[in-house]
Order: sequence, then structure tokens, then C-alpha cells
Amino acid sequence: MIREITAETEKRQRAAQRVAFALLAMSTLSAFLALGAILYTMFANGAEAISWQFLTEFPRKLMTEGGIYPALVGSFYLTAGALFLALPFAIASAIWLSEYSRGGLWVRVIRVGVNSLAGVPSIVFGLLGLAFFVKVLGFGVSVVSGALTLALLILPILIRAGEEALQAVPMSFREGALALGATQWHAVRTVVLPSAIPGILTGAILGISRAIGETAPIMFTAAAFYMSRLPETLSDKVMALPYHIFVMATESPNYWKTRDLQFGAALALLGMVLLMNLGAVVWRARVRRRKQW
Amino acid sequence: MRKAGARGLLAMLRERWDRPLFFSLACASLVALGLILFFIFREAAPVLREIGLGGFFGRVWNPAGEPVSYGALPMIVGSALVTLAALLVAVPLGFAAAAFIAEVAPRWMKDVAKSVLELLAGVPSVIYGFFGLMIVAPALQNAFNLATGRTALTASVILAIMALPTIASLAEDALTAVPNAYREASMALGATRWQTIRNVTFPAAFSGLIGASILGMGRAVGETMAVLMVAGNAPQIVASLLKPVRTLTGAIALEMGETALGSTHYHALFALGVVLLVITLATNGAAEWFRGRLARKHGR
Repeated sequence: MIREITAETEKRQRAAQRVAFALLAMSTLSAFLALGAILYTMFANGAEAISWQFLTEFPRKLMTEGGIYPALVGSFYLTAGALFLALPFAIASAIWLSEYSRGGLWVRVIRVGVNSLAGVPSIVFGLLGLAFFVKVLGFGVSVVSGALTLALLILPILIRAGEEALQAVPMSFREGALALGATQWHAVRTVVLPSAIPGILTGAILGISRAIGETAPIMFTAAAFYMSRLPETLSDKVMALPYHIFVMATESPNYWKTRDLQFGAALALLGMVLLMNLGAVVWRARVRRRKQW
Repeated sequence: MRKAGARGLLAMLRERWDRPLFFSLACASLVALGLILFFIFREAAPVLREIGLGGFFGRVWNPAGEPVSYGALPMIVGSALVTLAALLVAVPLGFAAAAFIAEVAPRWMKDVAKSVLELLAGVPSVIYGFFGLMIVAPALQNAFNLATGRTALTASVILAIMALPTIASLAEDALTAVPNAYREASMALGATRWQTIRNVTFPAAFSGLIGASILGMGRAVGETMAVLMVAGNAPQIVASLLKPVRTLTGAIALEMGETALGSTHYHALFALGVVLLVITLATNGAAEWFRGRLARKHGR
């Protein structure tokens, strides 16, 4: 259909565009509003509860008073353990995918594996942890079982970040090293990997922030409702911050008495996770800007 | 080819150990996936003998009752209900946000918006659940004058907020993958930017947008803590969003702690895990296929 474009149709089209763009902008704003509402709620209600005592004391009187110290320490153990277990495999996977693979079936198979693993719901990791680490391997409900479960969960995140970091290293670096007579491993070790370290570390931070907030995978594999002491061995149960928030919010007998404690714990977790994410984002941007290759 | 004598093999290993080593470590993800499939299916298998397929897809879930019953339909319906309701909100909002970020916003606003989406995606699900429990549930309880604020609707609202960043950033990828020549051709024919977005860019990115929605759906179905905390967890088949529901993930998280290892109940919960795993692997595969189709179409 051919229609003459008059001044009036043009005006109408411009008006339609203004309305449409305003609606698109408002939709984007909804994401800002959601983040803002969550941040505001946690800060407005939780900031008062957070103090040095809150972070360094054990819970008292059936968790109606006191702090979150054992939950913080427990989360630290689980997260550090998961990173320690997953990082070597993740870096090796990324090196193989980025540096050694030559396309073909195995690359596709491993990529499908990584993507599928990333899509498995966190509660299913918890089920695996229960059936395999807790039951079959006999680790029981413990730091070890929880850290292993979380390690599997963050593996695909770390692999993707590592691969991205390695891919960002220019081909000429590799060619230069190989031209000087380096073997492939020598080139990877002395040239490619060091250039990719900042990117890999950014990925590690994102992995930590994911692992520290996960609740479902540790519910049946590591987490304890309450402990009067810190874990002494790797086969002890632990308290963990996200699980602590969950039980306080759903099973606390005295809501009004513990309300401040709950918001304080939630703010502590949210603060840690957002600071890590923000740090990773800012650092990544800086690394990208600084490097002019 | 090198001669593969015993000595030759040793020498080769000494010289060329790096490739096989990295390859075998790269198989870790496959091993992990294999372990998950093997153990979830193995622990669920006794359900076939003890309850039967017909019993497992029954309408009543009552593990502690008399007679005992392990019908998974209430949870399947519950998961489907909250997920679809969440997507009804999150997909249009996510597409619109993606269009704004990819096509309309100036450079600096684009960077800020993408960072906000990334931060929103990084908030732990227990925090979303806590927010839902403390803020959204009481608000909905007052607004609709309900006995409890923990309903399917509350779970849908929280899930929509959680799915939004996933859908928006994947949809933005899809729009960005559309070659600029398409936009230029459209504008050269006299179309406005909005007409170009609506009639050219969106249709060209269609399969990527579908992929983004499906991936968002997979995430929503698998979401555990937030839903567990706000859905109310009544194992009933409901026709209204204002009633409490129990989801697949909620049932596993809620009941696994209280059941004896190796009991029929334990196996039935693993069978719920199988349903969950099949749904999420299928949605994941479908999403990858749609996203890959977009890339193939535009030759990238």
C-alpha cells in the first residue's frame, strides 16, 4: 500500500514514537525501582541492627538475641572451600576450551555440559549432595559435603568467566610467544594466563558472591539450625548466613522480638553480595579501559 | 604419527602431557552432570515400584496422612501456575527494557542500566524471599483482604522481579545481534526509529527473544528459596492466584529435611527432582537452540 507521507502523518508518527519510548524507559525504570525498593527496605530496617557486636557474637536465648558470628564464619568456610575445589578445574577447563581445543565434537559436548550444568536448579544440586556426598561417600551433613555441592554449582560460572578472560587475550600474544620457540604450554603459562588473570579473578569474585548467597544446595548437605560453637573439623555441620536468614524468617517463634535481627542478617548478606558484584563490575570496566591491546 | 612403542609413549607423555591433562580436567562439568543425572534418577527409581507411575502423577500429595499418598500433580500445577503468572509480567517488561537499552538509551545510560540488571541478578534468592515475606505478602494480604499473604500471587510477583534481569539482558543480546544494515535499510526507507524497532529489529531478533523467555522460564521453575518462603506451601490444586500453593522446588526443600533416608517419601521427593530436572534441561536445550538459530541466521 502506498500512502502519501504528509506533514500530519509525520507528526503522528513522531508522537507515537515519543509515547513508545517513554513506555520503554518506564519498563527499564522498573528494574531500578525493584533494586531500589529491596535496598531501601533492607537498609531502613536493618542498618540499626548491624554493629560490631552483631557481627562478632553468637546468637543467644534461642536465637532471639545476639549476633550472626557463627553464620558468617560458616558461610566463609563453605564459600572458600567451594572456590578452592572448583577453581583449578574451572581454569583447566577454560584453558582447554580456549587454547587447546580445535573445534569438533568434544568441544560441543563439553559446552553443552557446561551450559546444562548452569541451568540445573540449585535444589537439584542439594539433592545430588545428599544422595552422593552425604550418603554414598559418607561425608554426612558437613562442611565438606556443602563445599563440594557448592563447588559443582559455581563450576560453570567460573569456566565461562575464565574462557571469556582467555579469549580477550589477543592472538598476537600467542603468536609472538610461539614464534620465539615456546611450546604451547610455555606460551600459555608465561604469556596468555598472566594476561588473563584479572579477568579470571573477576570471575572468581562473581563465583564467591553466588556461592555465599545460595541456600537450597546446603540445606540438606551442610547447614545447621543452630550451633553453640564454631565447626572444628571439616565433618562438622555449620551455620550459614543465608540458611540462618531463612530459618529466622520462617520458623522464628517471636516475630517482633527478632525482626531487627532478621533484617540485620539480611542486610549483612545483601551488602556483602552487592559489594562483591559491584567491585567485580567496576574492576572489570577498569581493566578493559586500561588495556589498549 | 609417532611410533607408539612403550618408550615412545612415555616420551610423548613427558613432552605432550598438557593437552590430555587439560582435556581430562575439562571433562569435570560432564562428570558433574553425569553424577547429577545418575543419582537423581537412581534415588527416584524405587518410586516406580513403590507407588507406580499412575500413583505418582495422582492428584493428592499427603505424605503424612492416612491413607498416605504421593501424587505430584498439585506441585506440578503449582510450579506451572506461579511460573506462567510471573512470565506474564516479566516477559513484556523484560523485552521493553531490552529494547530501551539496546536501541534507545544513550551510551552512559546503557552502561548504568546493564550494571543495575547485573546487580539485580546477583541478589541471593533468600533475600528476595525475605523481601517478599516482609513487604510483598503483607501488602497483598491487605490489598485483597486475605487470610494469609503467602499465596501463588506473592510468589509470582517475586519471581517476576527475579526473572526480569535474566530475560532483559538475554533479550538485549538478541537485539544487539541484529546487524545494523537492517536498521539502516529501514530508516533509509523513511521509517522512524520506533517503526524500525517494532517492524524490523524485533522480528529479526524473534528467535533470540523466544530463547530469552524460555531461559527465564527455566530459571523461574527451578527457583527455590524465594518461592518456598512466600508461596504458602499448601499442596493443593488451585484455580486462583490468591490461594497458597506448593511448588516442586518448595516440596523438596520443605520436606526433605523431615523424611527418613531411603523411605518412600524420600524417593518420591527425588522423583519430584527428576520432574524438575527434565523440565529445566528441556527448557535449557530449547533456549540454546533458539538463541543459536538467531546467531546462525545472521552469520555470526
